Amino acid sequence: MTGTTTTPSTTTSRRLPVTDLSLVVLIGATGSGKSTFARKHFKPTEIISSDFCRGLVADDENDQSASGDAFDVLHHIAGKRLAAGRLTVVDATNVQQEGRRQLVRLAREHDVLPIAIVLDLPEEVCAARNAARPERAHLPRHVVQRHRRELRRSLRGLEREGFRKVHVLKSVAEVESAEVVLEKRFNDLRHLTGPFDIIGDIHGCSSELETLLAKLGYEDGVHPEGRTAVFVGDLVDRGPDSPGVLRRVMGMVASGDALCVPGNHENKLGRWLKGRQVQRTHGLAETIAQLEGESEEFRERVREFIDGLVSHYVLDGGRLVVCHAGLPEKYHGRTSGRVRSHALYGETTGETDEFGLPVRYPWAEDYRGRAAVVYGHTPVPSTSWINNTICLDTGAVFGGRMTALRWPERELVDVPAEKVWYEPVKPLAVEAPGGHQGRPLDLADVHGRRVVETRYAGNVGVREENAAAALEVMSRFAVDPRLLAYLPPTMAPTAASREEGFLEHPAEAFAQYRSDGVERVVCEEKHMGSRAVALVCRDAEAARTRFGARGPTGALHTRTGRPFFTESMSGSATGEAMTEQVLDRLRAAVGAAGLWDELETDWLLLDGELMPWSLKASGLLRTQYAAVGAASGAVFPGAVAALEAAAGRGVDVAGLLGRQRERAADAAAFTEAYRRYCWDTEGLDGVRFAPFQILAGQGRSLADVPHDGQLAWLDRLVEHDPTGLLQVTRRLVVETEDETSVRAGADWWLELTGAGGEGMVVKPLQALVRDGKGRLVQPGIKVRGREYLRMIYGPEYTRPENLARLRERHLGHKRSLALREYALGLEALARLADGEPLWRVHEAVFAVLALESEPVDPRL
Amino acid sequence: MFLTISTTGSPRRPATDLGFLLHKHPDKAQAFSTSHGTAHVFYPEASAERCTAALLLEVDPVALVRRGRGKGRGGAPDSALAQYVNDRPYAASSLLSVAMSTVFKSALRGVCAALPERAAEPLPLRIEVPALPARGGAELVRALFGPLGWTSVEAEPVALDERFPGWGDSRYVRLVLEGELRLSDALRHLYVLLPVLDDAKHYWVAPDEVDKLLRAGEGWLADHPEHQLIAGRYLSRRWSLTREAMERLELVRLAEADDLDVEDVDNAVEDADDTADGSAPVPTGEAGPRKPVPLAEQRREAILAALRAAGASRVLDLGCGQGRLVQALLEDARFTDIVGVDVSVRALTVAARRLRLERMGEPQAGRVKLTQGSLTYTDKRLKGYDAAVLCEVVEHLDLPRLPALEYAVFGSARPATVIVTTPNVEYNVRWETLPAGHARHGDHRFEWTRAEFRDWARRIGERHGYGVEFAPVGPDDPEVGPPTQMAVFTLTTTKEEKAA
Repeated sequence: MTGTTTTPSTTTSRRLPVTDLSLVVLIGATGSGKSTFARKHFKPTEIISSDFCRGLVADDENDQSASGDAFDVLHHIAGKRLAAGRLTVVDATNVQQEGRRQLVRLAREHDVLPIAIVLDLPEEVCAARNAARPERAHLPRHVVQRHRRELRRSLRGLEREGFRKVHVLKSVAEVESAEVVLEKRFNDLRHLTGPFDIIGDIHGCSSELETLLAKLGYEDGVHPEGRTAVFVGDLVDRGPDSPGVLRRVMGMVASGDALCVPGNHENKLGRWLKGRQVQRTHGLAETIAQLEGESEEFRERVREFIDGLVSHYVLDGGRLVVCHAGLPEKYHGRTSGRVRSHALYGETTGETDEFGLPVRYPWAEDYRGRAAVVYGHTPVPSTSWINNTICLDTGAVFGGRMTALRWPERELVDVPAEKVWYEPVKPLAVEAPGGHQGRPLDLADVHGRRVVETRYAGNVGVREENAAAALEVMSRFAVDPRLLAYLPPTMAPTAASREEGFLEHPAEAFAQYRSDGVERVVCEEKHMGSRAVALVCRDAEAARTRFGARGPTGALHTRTGRPFFTESMSGSATGEAMTEQVLDRLRAAVGAAGLWDELETDWLLLDGELMPWSLKASGLLRTQYAAVGAASGAVFPGAVAALEAAAGRGVDVAGLLGRQRERAADAAAFTEAYRRYCWDTEGLDGVRFAPFQILAGQGRSLADVPHDGQLAWLDRLVEHDPTGLLQVTRRLVVETEDETSVRAGADWWLELTGAGGEGMVVKPLQALVRDGKGRLVQPGIKVRGREYLRMIYGPEYTRPENLARLRERHLGHKRSLALREYALGLEALARLADGEPLWRVHEAVFAVLALESEPVDPRL
Repeated sequence: MFLTISTTGSPRRPATDLGFLLHKHPDKAQAFSTSHGTAHVFYPEASAERCTAALLLEVDPVALVRRGRGKGRGGAPDSALAQYVNDRPYAASSLLSVAMSTVFKSALRGVCAALPERAAEPLPLRIEVPALPARGGAELVRALFGPLGWTSVEAEPVALDERFPGWGDSRYVRLVLEGELRLSDALRHLYVLLPVLDDAKHYWVAPDEVDKLLRAGEGWLADHPEHQLIAGRYLSRRWSLTREAMERLELVRLAEADDLDVEDVDNAVEDADDTADGSAPVPTGEAGPRKPVPLAEQRREAILAALRAAGASRVLDLGCGQGRLVQALLEDARFTDIVGVDVSVRALTVAARRLRLERMGEPQAGRVKLTQGSLTYTDKRLKGYDAAVLCEVVEHLDLPRLPALEYAVFGSARPATVIVTTPNVEYNVRWETLPAGHARHGDHRFEWTRAEFRDWARRIGERHGYGVEFAPVGPDDPEVGPPTQMAVFTLTTTKEEKAA
């Protein structure tokens, strides 16, 4: 690119084009009228003068000894303005090359154009003006002379120094008649609002391009509704008909039906067309061969077309940026060689991968910009939005697909490749988890101290030691991460009850929601089994296409991501076989209930409880619960009999005997409590699954669906399951402001727990709710039954002196943990719904697991 | 928590002398405060013919837990180390021992001012402990009490829950001891053996426990055939278990969240190398009087030889476990940069301790690094090494998870040489101790035949541009092959070739 020098003219008005984001450097001897010129043409805040900066640091605008510090300040301010994307004018003599060099560097650092405006006025004029100013009256004449000398010497080299526009004004009249005209940058097309159809890498696949254009509604390159196509570059090379693609795109651009940014392949072709020496690799040889069949005139038009391409565009009011290889936000709308290189080639880490290809710096993973960035360049097996960026190169020439994005609709439209036109150096997808989306899971996604951004509760931090523990469990025990889309959050219990004989009671739960402003809550029966999350795919094909899993048709996992069924638990059947049996039954119920069609999905993610508890907790039962029952059962009869005998002898043991009898009763009650949740199973006989929420389906998180709607779906599921696996969840809606309703809720709970139920969970009926301050409200509060709590706080917890102590429990941390895990779970579901790549979903799921290892009272 | 001590007598030598020996009057109920609750002593029967003293410890379960060490947020102790649902109030454990030492202090020492000669002579005794936790079961109970002069040691297992016969027995037994022993000996047997049988991790061993053990074991422990087990359980094991459990509380919590025992999760490090092919010696194939070399050592030698042959100096040990291979690598100065990677923090801690990393000189320490990592994920830190070793690692992954490891190692880290060893399942028939159809290790998710391993290795090599050669480790049986199979992968594709 060459700069432009406007030559002096005799017309009355000189137009000085100035790019709207640039660093304007005024050049002229002292007394040449730079400050006056600047004030006339620019806003006061746009101008930074060296005199002013001298004043700032030395209280004297003419103290030349302060120049060093003054220019530091000047550069600093100019840098801040440029970083913020503001036009900046430097008002200093700038007659010395070294001074200008620093300013050119500053402009490049901020990727803006340096522009020079030279006031080349005669010595007499300058001297006279200085003489008229009292503070400069004593300025020796030779200073002006030296400035003039240095200026004349510099004039011819300004372009070479890097100024992209140089305006020289040679007379007072010219200066006075000059008019500064702000020009938009070439890349600034914010005024164009589309709608657009952005089309990914084509690589000479003209037939697929025509099919795609037709599918998008174009008729011979024109859209009847006036839409504009935007090509992200790499039109040529490798494919069968690069000239055909060029002809189509050039025609559409010429007629105003399309915009096009250059790809690295156009860049290289352009250099070849200019007669430069280039390596004919990566499919250029094919293009050259094809172009040799074209006319010289066509090749010339291609050369001009490529030469005129602008490296990236900012469109639609700044909401959309299109370029070939992706662009970090700091380069949006900027103009420099670096920006161009970035837009064409992307940033690489300097490494090469196993196929000898450069490793791309994953800039999109760090992107936090407001504008959506749409690009191509790196073939990916499937497209997905990451941090408001999307890559549309789906490897059409390698036998993949050609993809377009409708903007602002954000709809993807694609067509399959007609064949593999060119063998890829590396397979599009690797088999590792995440590979089907182009980016396998990386340790840096989960390891060490992490902060996960959630859309519901801001940033959630994960500490290093918690991530370390989660890494161990995730790697050694969890199901395939592709099938692990969600882990359930922990849930806080209700505040301790003051009701006599109770540690937990619904009154406090209702009161808490009332104070959170939640008027309607649903009380759901809490099943006592083990938490189980089921991912049910309609068939193996759905599991493969949606989750990249080969073989299983879903997953059934525990709250730490372990497969629910393992060999030891399943008797003769393998764990996988048992899982598939459960999934089969779920699948049949979903199908019979018509939910596949109703929810327009071929998979569902269900949260529920799998029973009996003894199925999975058998180890714990053996070592802890039944053990306590066995020990107490063995010890009390003898102890009570011995005390009775002693009492019979007249020894005073009445108090101790009474207490032992009570303890024996408590221990028996404890044994009864855990027994209710144990029964024998054989295969799936006796196994029950009570789903209480459908978390997500294809393209949609269902976590915000109100619970009455959820329960209606789930009731239909249960109804359509003839096998007896699915179990209904009993529920009662309570109005927290209505005393009668609240009392009914408490009675319902008493009845439920009196009959041996674990308790209930109180949830806001609207599911996802925020309080008056906009914070997430607890998604559920558990209220556990009096007898059940013996299993948590020990057989004798109900004794008044024990209850008094146990009531001193602090829920703050547990509640905070529950909300953080809830926000992460929602985030995982939202990312899944948005089609984000596996590593993004996994990041949030992993964080839930890590938080589960935070220290918190485990009995809460 | 309860036990009874009975004796019989005659009008001349009344059974009620037991009251003198225990320093507790048979007609009174007495209460003593101990550190974990109130100990009561009373006599359900007290006649010249029969006298029974009962010791009952009323434990305060809430206080017991709140005394627990780890502090979780939420106003209560953290983790399974302190459970409210706890057998301590019922089962005869160390707490009962502590109570005995308080309540029967003089009797334990055999001191009785009133009847010194009765204290020094054997009595017909019957001791009943209705709920004795016994790790090792009734058999161990008999092995421990049997050699101590009791004429009858009755240990009857207690069912876990009679409602669920399928669950089998609990770890408790009802213990009845009968015999003619001095009371102080009987009490000292109980004082030592109750906690030994309980073997609970809750038990806290203070530094002076050695002295206590020696005092209480005087006259019977030294000659006891199980004295090593007794001393070991009494003293040493708990120290390390308690300490290590504290180190890995995060894992304890994850186990609890899933209703699991922590051992189900934090099990990457074995208590001992007692797996079928860990330290078990295997004949080297040469007949001779020399002591056979353990297979694990043969494996390390084979790996070292392959690394030397490949000219590697910067080596990754992926799945380094307790660091045995790292140690072997350190002994050869040509390996200048050794990185041990394991997913288990506990394994890395043990490895660091074993290697004495903290005490290693700087030049040595500079050669080795231990770091947590997981081959489920790609890992930039693993790039640029000469060689990677996967020694007995792949078989610990579920087969569907293997592609992740393959890509992380061969696709992403991409060292010039990769060495993989794994068991040869065909050889399992040669392990006499291994039941048919069993894997060599509980955590092995699969074991491959030679053909399966070779197929896999060739496929991986083909996909990622590695040549592969195979070598046996251990005696190469003509019929079933060697116990361990090894593949050495060598990077063949240069980047330029592929990219062109």
